[in-house]
Amino acid sequence: MTWIPTLALFLVAWLAAFAQTQFRPVVSILETPVGLLPALMVYASLSFDLVTVTCLAAFAGLSLDALSSGPTGVSIVPLFAVGFVLHLRRHLILRDQTYAQFWLGLSAGLAVPFTTLLLLELGSTRLIHGPFFVIQLGVLGLLNGVVCPAMFRGFDAIRRAFDYPALPETPFRPDREIKRGRL
Amino acid sequence: MLKRAHYWVLGAMTVLCLILLNLPPTAAARLRLGVSSLFLPLFGLAGAGQAFVDRASYASLTRATLISEIERLRKENQQLQLAADQGRDAFAENARLRSLLGWQPRAPWKLRAARVIAREPTTWWRSVTLDYGSRDGARPNQTVLTSTGLVGRIREVEPTHSQVALIGDPECGVSVLVAETRDSGIIQESRSAPDGDGLVMLRMLQRSPAIMAGHRVITSGLGGIFPSGIPVGQIVDTRSVDGGLYTEARVRLGANLNHLEEVWVVAP
Repeated sequence: MTWIPTLALFLVAWLAAFAQTQFRPVVSILETPVGLLPALMVYASLSFDLVTVTCLAAFAGLSLDALSSGPTGVSIVPLFAVGFVLHLRRHLILRDQTYAQFWLGLSAGLAVPFTTLLLLELGSTRLIHGPFFVIQLGVLGLLNGVVCPAMFRGFDAIRRAFDYPALPETPFRPDREIKRGRL
Repeated sequence: MLKRAHYWVLGAMTVLCLILLNLPPTAAARLRLGVSSLFLPLFGLAGAGQAFVDRASYASLTRATLISEIERLRKENQQLQLAADQGRDAFAENARLRSLLGWQPRAPWKLRAARVIAREPTTWWRSVTLDYGSRDGARPNQTVLTSTGLVGRIREVEPTHSQVALIGDPECGVSVLVAETRDSGIIQESRSAPDGDGLVMLRMLQRSPAIMAGHRVITSGLGGIFPSGIPVGQIVDTRSVDGGLYTEARVRLGANLNHLEEVWVVAP
């Protein structure tokens, strides 16, 4: 694998963290910031090694916390948890099926904010929450569910474009080789 | 089944998170500054993009629209000049009376314009980021307002930008007065969605039947962060709490916190 897909992954994480602070009209309609990092973690956990997944969770979480009012490091834990669990179970997941990608994105979109809320409550951090959070959770889940298949298609296209091509199968087969000489 | 590598990664992440969550405030602020500086090019790009959109929208305005707008602004300017003259007279009179009574003189506000470049990326807090940092003179706890009312206070200052805790955030309690009745109370964190209907709760009001919907709410100056007399909003409705000991009121904020673009910072 070349380094370009990994670089693209981190670049998208950087842009996704920034996008969460922008797009006012969209935020007004959805009533929640546009958080796409859970869907990105789903893709990374099913396509990259554990070290890349861990580094991505640390980078994305730190970026988000640097732009937010929250305690530094609190966003790393949920992102890493999602990435780690999916990476452990990746051999059981139908990675290439769109419906699987949708449900994984939706689950991650629900799990990440919920776990963050749990951590903040455990840390006795003063924050705003109320019944509106349930609606926001649903919107974030759906958003990540919809975006996740698109991420798989986009990143897989990048990988196909930049990965080293697989060796073509040669017509030579060692088991069919005719040995000449005395038997 | 977990392998040895998985245990190593889990252990490393646990240690990293524990260290980060227990960092001293200065170290945490430095780390945030370092990471947030990665986003400076994007902030610049977003600002340039916004300026381009603004210029494009100005270019699409017709000459007739511009002329009528200039006419409207000219009339408004004349009215404001008259109001400012009256205000200056009242200010001078107030200063004379204060000196006669031996009270401290009130310094006029010095306002610095700033642009909102980012908003809170999570739903747990209400904050915005301004393109106004310590190199422009920003200091923690400076008051931020618009022409329609109070916005919040500066919470964190970095060289190129600063973060503002908006009214309704847990870190931005405001001591206020009901202008008509002079009853005092505190605006505390909101329980509505950050992009909700612009309502905040005014708590700890003394039970007073005189407080009514439509009354103006202004800052009281208590607490030493916000100067007194800044408009905050208007009372929407009231209700008794704690067995009738106190009154709570919902206040519609004067400043539209969902569509902040440019704000004023009260400089010392």
